[in-house]
Amino acid sequence: MEKKAHLDRVYKVSDDVVAREIQGEFILIPVTSGIADMEDEIFALNETGKAIWHRLDGTRTLKEVVEDLSLEFSGSTENIRNDALGLVGELLKRKMVV
Amino acid sequence: MNKLDIEITERCNNNCIHCHVNLPAADPVARKRELSTDDLKNILKEAVSLGCLTVRFTGGEPFLREDFAELYVFSRKLGLRVLICTNATLITERLANLFSQIPPLEEIEITVYGMRGSSYETITHNPGSFQAAWQGINLLLKYKIPFGVKQALLPPNRNEMEEFENWAATIPWMHKPPQYSIFYQLRRDRDKRKNARIRKCRVSAQEGLRILTRRKDAYIKEMREFCSKFIRPRGNILFSCGAGAGSVCVDAYGFLKPCMMLGPKDCIYDLRKGSLTDALENFFPKLRQIKAKDIDYLSRCARCFLKGLCQQCPAKSWSEHGRLDKPVAYYCEIAHAQAVYLGLIQKDEKAWEVKGWQERVSKFMRAKFRR
Repeated sequence: MEKKAHLDRVYKVSDDVVAREIQGEFILIPVTSGIADMEDEIFALNETGKAIWHRLDGTRTLKEVVEDLSLEFSGSTENIRNDALGLVGELLKRKMVV
Repeated sequence: MNKLDIEITERCNNNCIHCHVNLPAADPVARKRELSTDDLKNILKEAVSLGCLTVRFTGGEPFLREDFAELYVFSRKLGLRVLICTNATLITERLANLFSQIPPLEEIEITVYGMRGSSYETITHNPGSFQAAWQGINLLLKYKIPFGVKQALLPPNRNEMEEFENWAATIPWMHKPPQYSIFYQLRRDRDKRKNARIRKCRVSAQEGLRILTRRKDAYIKEMREFCSKFIRPRGNILFSCGAGAGSVCVDAYGFLKPCMMLGPKDCIYDLRKGSLTDALENFFPKLRQIKAKDIDYLSRCARCFLKGLCQQCPAKSWSEHGRLDKPVAYYCEIAHAQAVYLGLIQKDEKAWEVKGWQERVSKFMRAKFRR
């Protein structure tokens, strides 16, 4: 499985992951085996991560997601791009996005 | 609410001599009264909406429910971690495979009743249960499903502790010695015949102390941690145990309680007529304000600083005496035996008569134990 994120690719959150918000913390809980590293199976996202997650809907490229985020968040587009690439890379490794 | 305990059935395929819950597996009345699959799903959904992250399925024997797999998958797809308490006798290849495909995210808790058929089945009164349990355990090992074991310590298996611990140490997920149930509580349904049977299973305070302190250093360390957090007079508020704060229990028939062992009607909330939200916002806060009225309780338990060492609680008082606020002599003896051992009190001293208990606790926390 590809473990490096690319801006020109379209990503979608896995159906085998449940996203929940509990007491202000946004967490991803794997449902099936093979998702995430079961040693550390609850994956928490910060506000930026949560915003990225909600945009991984299988309809737009990561580049388009970054552009959309730049409108919502302050901070340079480069930083947002690096955050998005880093996060999606981690999520790919854990098979939490496809 | 971060955790929900659901007793999905009181029925069990075993008939253990010490059990404070079990009903026969085929009990038709119990079966008819149990919450339906849809009832349970609705409770789970509401729990998730309230922030619950973990559900514990217990019983009886939870795998007796024909809809267990359905409830399990439903829970996991809601994003719940699932903890299962079981005797392992009903674990099939199909279930083990399911846990392999959709892991529970919590170690399965297995209670073991003996290391050989003779001891095991003297306790469970279920011929074939020993082999069935080991079959279930071996399936979990085969599919690499994490689990932990603990033992109900009883006369038939008491001389098997070393063998049990040696075996437990071979289980890949057991990183510390197993826990034991020792001081059995009576039944919440207060069945006289079964309670008489449980009383016979109880060890004396001194024998219990001998078992607890067989690993002296670990015991002292654990007691210091407990004492630093919990030791103090409990006062007259009954639910000072923390029951109902953060986790709640639903019994097999839809009654919500702060603690699964509670029996009296004014301590339980009928979920079939209300909701988790209403119970948490309105019912439980009122329950946590209930004060003891019994004179013995107020003169002893309310003043006794051995809270944290003592298992006295409203549920155990209910099981023993049919009311929430009566001292349970058995647990008092056990707590006092431990307190003498730890040097918190002198032999024959009553902890509720001690003045300056804080100094005694400080001294204990600083003491070097040699024995």
